[in-house]
Amino acid sequence: MAELFIEIFSEEIPARMQNTARKDLGRLVSQFLKDAGLKFGALETYATPRRICVKIDDVPCSTPDIKEQRKGPQVGAPEKAIHGFLRGAGVSLEQCEQQEIKGKLFHVAIIEKTGQLTADVIAAAMPEMIRKFPWPKSMRWGAGSLRWVRPMQSIICLFDEKIVPFEIENIPVGNSSQGHLFMNNSRFDVVNFAEYKAKLFALNVILDGAEREKIILSAATKACAEQGLELIADPALIAETAGLVEWPVALLGDFEQSFLDVPKRVIVETIKGHQKCFSVIDPNTGKLSNHFVAISNMLAKDGGKIITHGNEKVIRARLADAKFFWDADKKVKLEARVEKLKDITFHAKLGSQLKRVDSILELTEMLCEFTHADLEKSLLAARLCKADLVTSMVGELPELQGYMGGQYALAEGIDADVAEALAEHYAPQGPTDRVPENLISLTVSLADKFNTLLGFWSIDEKPTGSKDPFALRRAALGIIRIVLERKIRLDIPNDLLAFFIDRLKVYFKDQGIRHDLVDAIFALSGQNDILLAKNRVDALSEFLATEDGVNLLAGIKRAANILRIEEKKDGVSYKAIPKKSAYQLPEEQKLFAAIQGSEVELNKLIKDEDFVGAMALVAKWRTPIDNFFDNVKVNDDNAEIRKNRLHLLSYITTSTARLADFRQIEG
Amino acid sequence: MTSDPLVIPKHMQPENSFQGMIMALQSFWADYGCAILQPYDMEVGAGTFHPATIMRALGPKSWKAAYIQPSRRPSDGRYGENPNRMQHFYQFQVVLKPSPKDIQELYIKSLSVIGIDKANHDIRFVEDDWESPTLGAWGLGWEVWVDGMEVSQFTYFQQVAGYDCSPVTGELTYGVERLAMYVQGVDNVYDLNFNGREGDDKITYGDVFLQNEQEYSRYNFEIANTERLSQHFMDAEAECQAIVDACNADDGYKMALPAYDQCIKASHLFNLLDARGVISVTERQAYIGRVRALAKKCADLWMQTPLGMQVIDGSNKAEDLT
Repeated sequence: MAELFIEIFSEEIPARMQNTARKDLGRLVSQFLKDAGLKFGALETYATPRRICVKIDDVPCSTPDIKEQRKGPQVGAPEKAIHGFLRGAGVSLEQCEQQEIKGKLFHVAIIEKTGQLTADVIAAAMPEMIRKFPWPKSMRWGAGSLRWVRPMQSIICLFDEKIVPFEIENIPVGNSSQGHLFMNNSRFDVVNFAEYKAKLFALNVILDGAEREKIILSAATKACAEQGLELIADPALIAETAGLVEWPVALLGDFEQSFLDVPKRVIVETIKGHQKCFSVIDPNTGKLSNHFVAISNMLAKDGGKIITHGNEKVIRARLADAKFFWDADKKVKLEARVEKLKDITFHAKLGSQLKRVDSILELTEMLCEFTHADLEKSLLAARLCKADLVTSMVGELPELQGYMGGQYALAEGIDADVAEALAEHYAPQGPTDRVPENLISLTVSLADKFNTLLGFWSIDEKPTGSKDPFALRRAALGIIRIVLERKIRLDIPNDLLAFFIDRLKVYFKDQGIRHDLVDAIFALSGQNDILLAKNRVDALSEFLATEDGVNLLAGIKRAANILRIEEKKDGVSYKAIPKKSAYQLPEEQKLFAAIQGSEVELNKLIKDEDFVGAMALVAKWRTPIDNFFDNVKVNDDNAEIRKNRLHLLSYITTSTARLADFRQIEG
Repeated sequence: MTSDPLVIPKHMQPENSFQGMIMALQSFWADYGCAILQPYDMEVGAGTFHPATIMRALGPKSWKAAYIQPSRRPSDGRYGENPNRMQHFYQFQVVLKPSPKDIQELYIKSLSVIGIDKANHDIRFVEDDWESPTLGAWGLGWEVWVDGMEVSQFTYFQQVAGYDCSPVTGELTYGVERLAMYVQGVDNVYDLNFNGREGDDKITYGDVFLQNEQEYSRYNFEIANTERLSQHFMDAEAECQAIVDACNADDGYKMALPAYDQCIKASHLFNLLDARGVISVTERQAYIGRVRALAKKCADLWMQTPLGMQVIDGSNKAEDLT
């Protein structure tokens, strides 16, 4: 048992690819070990901007010996069959034994393979693994033909503290690597992973990305705290900056107070998007401070003064641009921008953004009836909702669309609810994003999302498999969350219903609701109102958690099963109301009476959408159903009696089918 | 060796002089063995358009060159009123083919000769892939940041005009005004010290180029005659095609470079038309496609010339045409 350690050292790997790459490396190396029949211990992978590594513990030093017997044709079988067998097994007749199996004599091949040295397995597999490495984009360099994400410099391949040599272009394969490109660029030799990690650290490289993230968070927090400030610890930015540096150093810089006139998110996004720097809060006011934190890759000789100064210069210029856009954009009213949307294409087949706005307007008008939002304000919000797309600010920082619309609306004195709707109408953008409470916001949001779905449906651009370029699944999820979380009653158009049911199942699954219950409800016809359907699912779920529910479900399913079998056997449908006169036993009569007696009330409860009440009512059928099955033989010898009993079973299933299709429920 | 800053007189030092910075880069790369070329004598949008980059990136022959190239981007004109946007600016371009193993280290060294010492600066290679739809070319590489500021583009050419680049050319493009502003500590490009002198002898970047920006911004945005420009575009396109036809005739002499000049012309004329705002979104794609078609034909010709020929018998020499 020994340690396998591989480092592939290259020029700067794009930050966004590093984590996938280290996992791919781990997966591919463990795959070739497994393929060779090797079992091994713990696997760890690491990435920095300039290297990806894998370390695997407890790998056996050779692959297991294989001894296998393979049964062939009977002794005396045709020559051809015996030859075929020998060829397939890769042995000669001399390497076969004759064995008696169940009284007959067979040729049995004895196949023996001695294990291979693990080092040989690794050496043989590495070149192909490297050549086939699944980079999203790869390149050639120099005069070679090897492809990698950026030029590869060297490889460490150590097994049991010894170099595993192999050839791949002119890349040196051995036991040496290099430190931090700017702080300590010397090469060093290692025998194992522990030494590698320690030496790297001494040469200013923190190998573990998770550790770099921790350092970034603590160093940036500390840099702020020293000035009585508070870091906005954006986790995505922490992760990204950890992929841009091997030795993170946090530097606090500042900019002119006057830039703080610009809306908050503009500053945060400018500093983050362009410069990968963190914004800072002044805890005394709770507002943005005129500071930022840059994560440098250098512990500079001068303590980072020049680096901070340089970053301040760039951020100042960026904020000056942003302020210029903000001031310039405010000079044109949103209403005046709407017409310009005709020059921007929404989608080649769906026309301009202006056309999109017109459709959103129409849908908004319709939807106000269901959301009870103020019609006039909603229509204004709908008309202006895309106007910020033609502002310079959104041109520069597209991620601020919506938000900027809201800011410009407030600046020109538009009603605050409408302004909020402009800002919020893209929400919710995912499973965790906040659902708007403002009725105008959610009305325009619904209109925008329905318009997108209906539009792309009309040109047959539906999502397929993992492909969803227009984020239609996200749009549908947005509608689902608004409707369910804000309790809005509306009917999903029939064209979209199947798609919505699929999305609902995903949504419910995340909430721990069983998909078969969703099936049981949507098997009923006319379930276009997803809020209502959700109420049905909830009532059903609650009901099935009771003893009555479980037993009733068993009874209904038993009835349905018998019916299915008998109907298939006889080739007829037994769907009919049973005849009172044909009853032989009291259990039959009681069951019929129980169902028939609650029919009026059941209909009323369903009509009133009291599904919990309806379930409770149906729960009373449990005892008569149980008694029926305990005491009555459905398949009576008398054909008429049997027929009537089958009718009674169908009466159970059709009556309960008003609540759910219980046949869809598992268990 | 002149790259030692101690022996350079103060007025020639990159920290004090825009031209000093250009000369320091030229001297550094000359020392490395590059042919130091002069700017191409035509209007181009980027140093990449110089045949010393785009044509030399094709074919098997090794190549090392460096040059300063004025770049003209009519749409970026700001009438001399923006502190760092101009319709005319310089790029310092280095092309090394095949890209050497130590190209990153060379680049970092070159920064130190223009006053950016790696011990006190944060130099970063940030993913940025390059693509030129007009040249049908692409490569992978980075934009280089110094202390958060983008100062260079670093590209490994993968394809030009649809041909695989083999060997691969490494291209370094320095934004010299930006670098100079940074090392001179100046916030407005027009305040750059151009000649490194002080007092009455000082020539600023503004002295050299401010009027240039004011005049060209007006011409590019307001005056340029779009009908005539369109005609010139078609003329350049036709002339390019005529050269291609002559080359492709029986025994036609291959004249890739004259053909490519016409392609460059068409490209600049397109940029002018674009700045005048007369090209719609769909037309834009069509124009780009037309220039790309010309570039492709020029590259096809280049591949049949002595400098562009494919490897024969594994040697790195082109087949002798004579």
